[in-house]
Amino acid sequence: MPTVIEMKGISKSFPGIKANDNISLSVEQGEIHVLLGENGAGKSTLMNILYGLYNPDEGQILVKEKPVVISNPNVAIELGIGMVHQHFMLVQPFTVAENIVLGSEPSKGITLDMNKAIKDVEEISKKYELKVDPNSKIQDISVGMQQRVEILKTLYRGAEILILDEPTAVLTPQEIEELGIIMKSLVSQGKTIILITHKLKEVMAMSDRVTIIRRGKVIDTLNTKNTDIDELAEKMVGRKVNLTVDKKESKAGTPVLEVKGLKALDNRDLEAVKGVSFEVNGGEILGIAGVDGNGQHELIEAITGLRKIQAGEVLINGKEITSKPPRDIISSGVAHIPEDRHKRGLVLDFPLYENSILGNHRAKTFSKHKFSLNYPKIREHARRLIKEFDVRTPNEKVKARALSGGNQQKLIIAREIDRDPYLCIAAQPTRGLDVGAIEFVHKRLIEQRDSGKAVLLISLELDEVMSLSDRIAVMYDGKIVGVIDAKDATEKKLGILMAGGEAQHEE
Amino acid sequence: MDLQKINVQKSERKENLDNLIKQLAYPLIAIITSFVVGGLLVAAFGSNPIVAYSAMLRGSLGDITSIGETLVITTYLILTGLSIAFGFRCGLFNIGAEGQFVMGAITAVWIGWGLKGLPPFLHVTLTLVGGALAGGFWGGFVGWLKARLGSHEVINGIMMNYIAVQLSNFWVRTSLNQDGKAFSVEIADSAKLWRFSETFSVFSKTRLSGGLFVAILVALVAYYVLNKTQKGFEIRAVGFNQHAAEYGGINVKNNIILAMFSAGLFAGLAGAIMTSAMQYRVNQLMGFTGFGMDGIAVALVGNNHPIGVIISALLFGILQKGGPMMQIEGIAKEVVFIVQGILILFVAANFVRIMHDKYKINKELKNSLNKREGK
Repeated sequence: MPTVIEMKGISKSFPGIKANDNISLSVEQGEIHVLLGENGAGKSTLMNILYGLYNPDEGQILVKEKPVVISNPNVAIELGIGMVHQHFMLVQPFTVAENIVLGSEPSKGITLDMNKAIKDVEEISKKYELKVDPNSKIQDISVGMQQRVEILKTLYRGAEILILDEPTAVLTPQEIEELGIIMKSLVSQGKTIILITHKLKEVMAMSDRVTIIRRGKVIDTLNTKNTDIDELAEKMVGRKVNLTVDKKESKAGTPVLEVKGLKALDNRDLEAVKGVSFEVNGGEILGIAGVDGNGQHELIEAITGLRKIQAGEVLINGKEITSKPPRDIISSGVAHIPEDRHKRGLVLDFPLYENSILGNHRAKTFSKHKFSLNYPKIREHARRLIKEFDVRTPNEKVKARALSGGNQQKLIIAREIDRDPYLCIAAQPTRGLDVGAIEFVHKRLIEQRDSGKAVLLISLELDEVMSLSDRIAVMYDGKIVGVIDAKDATEKKLGILMAGGEAQHEE
Repeated sequence: MDLQKINVQKSERKENLDNLIKQLAYPLIAIITSFVVGGLLVAAFGSNPIVAYSAMLRGSLGDITSIGETLVITTYLILTGLSIAFGFRCGLFNIGAEGQFVMGAITAVWIGWGLKGLPPFLHVTLTLVGGALAGGFWGGFVGWLKARLGSHEVINGIMMNYIAVQLSNFWVRTSLNQDGKAFSVEIADSAKLWRFSETFSVFSKTRLSGGLFVAILVALVAYYVLNKTQKGFEIRAVGFNQHAAEYGGINVKNNIILAMFSAGLFAGLAGAIMTSAMQYRVNQLMGFTGFGMDGIAVALVGNNHPIGVIISALLFGILQKGGPMMQIEGIAKEVVFIVQGILILFVAANFVRIMHDKYKINKELKNSLNKREGK
């Protein structure tokens, strides 16, 4: 196989950090090559250099064995390199076809030739077996579909080498599977794919070769066939990692959270939670599994008071909290690790110490006189949380914005758990985190359970639900379609329920 | 152990001071830069910038009287600047400060003229508090509209400005009219705020009043409320991220109303001080007074920080008071507006900070490169 990309001795520094330190990488024609590393290891930096978004301080790039200088993305595109970013860059109110041709639109005189655009899109969509509807608007299609549009966009510009930056971070399990098929078909038609990820399972399932990067340096390049998950994890993190969750038998107590016949609407005023009932006992983790968009999001918001409840009841320790404002729900002993840490969990422009009391800022411990805040004490509190929960930060005064995703999540978990709640609601607590941080979050949730607290876990990652939960409830179309004991749960059983319980979905 | 604690506290206090200096340093450099650029412009128009600026300084700080009059303008600008800054900290643009100012002024006439026979201290306090509250409700209503109906505070603020001006004029022409003239009746002597000239004869020619101390005191209180109290924490949280605030059990709507009410209080107080300490009456308005609008610039240059607002209000006071003297020297007083414009441009665009950050990044890069070569 000829080498299509060769990066030699690439170094790139940012103030205070060396993101890439003498990295060499070679990618062969027609392979799926994974760049594996924890968040902040320097994978994206390296690919942004290849795509011309950054200029390297040192090093050389060869494309098809010819030395090139990629000073901006236009050069990269001309060389046949395309990149799909983690956060999509699509115009929401435009149609699929409009987005794909954007920037290189076919024209008829001075007008846009929309018919040709649609025909072109249909053509490449067929050629690469990436089914899309050219006429639907981006805002109406699923995230998985949007990703296809992004991939088609690069193909439309004649990309031979595709860089996919964390493509699975936003996808449901099914969509991940579909993406795998798409990538295989692209490779079979002669394309080369560089995949950035930190998910080990995907490396094993999707790649031909894998290059592991840690702290800006290449650790190793391996053939996927000749390695396994444990070896990859160790190389990525730099120490032995425990990928399975250790936990003792649960000692379930009395119900802490009771939800009865709960109904709630989504943002478009359609019923999203259609009469849900369940309970979570002290000392157990109840996991809610389900494909994204089946009402989990609305369910959590309804329980925590962030969304109006249309019907039904929510009780904490037998006390009704239905439709109470979030403030009262917090003070009745509910902690909430929100699914979107930037939107809900943190005020990014507040320093860490102010974030460390969000939701708890009326507590007597933090006040001086009656209305004033005792800032020296708050800082002390923040320093303690940072230490106990191993939040990596220079000090407690930096803005939350300055931390990496994993450390932001640690801060939120520290704040919520330190409140000593009866119930801890963890919504996608490990989204976008690396192996080390995931291990940490899981340990803390188990600790909560073992100390007799109730934990409600909502996750789109089936593995996570299965390994942490004591009981698993499956949500489909706004209803709980089944509750199974985790011991009896299999991926197949859950999969059937997640798809609505129809027998024909059986593999 | 205790000693350690004290040391920690000490270093924290020092850090707070450092932060304050840092926060104020960028605007300060921006101010100096904009004066230099303004000077270059004056030179380009064929005048001598040194003559221009010295005229400006003479006009605004040349003698006790002009200092006093500069501080009169500063008094209003502190309060209207504070009004805008407070709104900004909650993520709101209180463009209605103008109308709140007018409502404060006219309400002060109602109270100052309507109530009779009160002891002076009580009467003055009632006049100021009443004017402030009128502004507060004027602003709070805009906040309520935003919180309950989601209508934008800028549009409603502008509309309320027009209503305030027309309402004030209506009263000036009818219930509060003075003998068919284009101004209102005069407030009672007991409602007049203490002026410097009553006690110190050097200030005899200026209208400088105790309002200055009121304004500074209010700014300090605003600083404390915003940065040291639970309410301030909530208001700032709403300002930065409403979703996170809601998640944290903070009532977003109430805080929006409260912030707009407080912003209105400050602007209304400014208007009340104008009535109670300077004009003793309200003139029929041909348009806006401009104090509310200047407050926007003051807040921007003061970095929305109450202490910064005091300093920036002083600066704008100097610019506005010094303008006419420049004209006497034969230099267009529009230069003052040009300097103001450049100033806002520099501060709002955070120009100095961006340049400084770029410089720092370059230096660090060079250092790290040099180090590597040294190896």
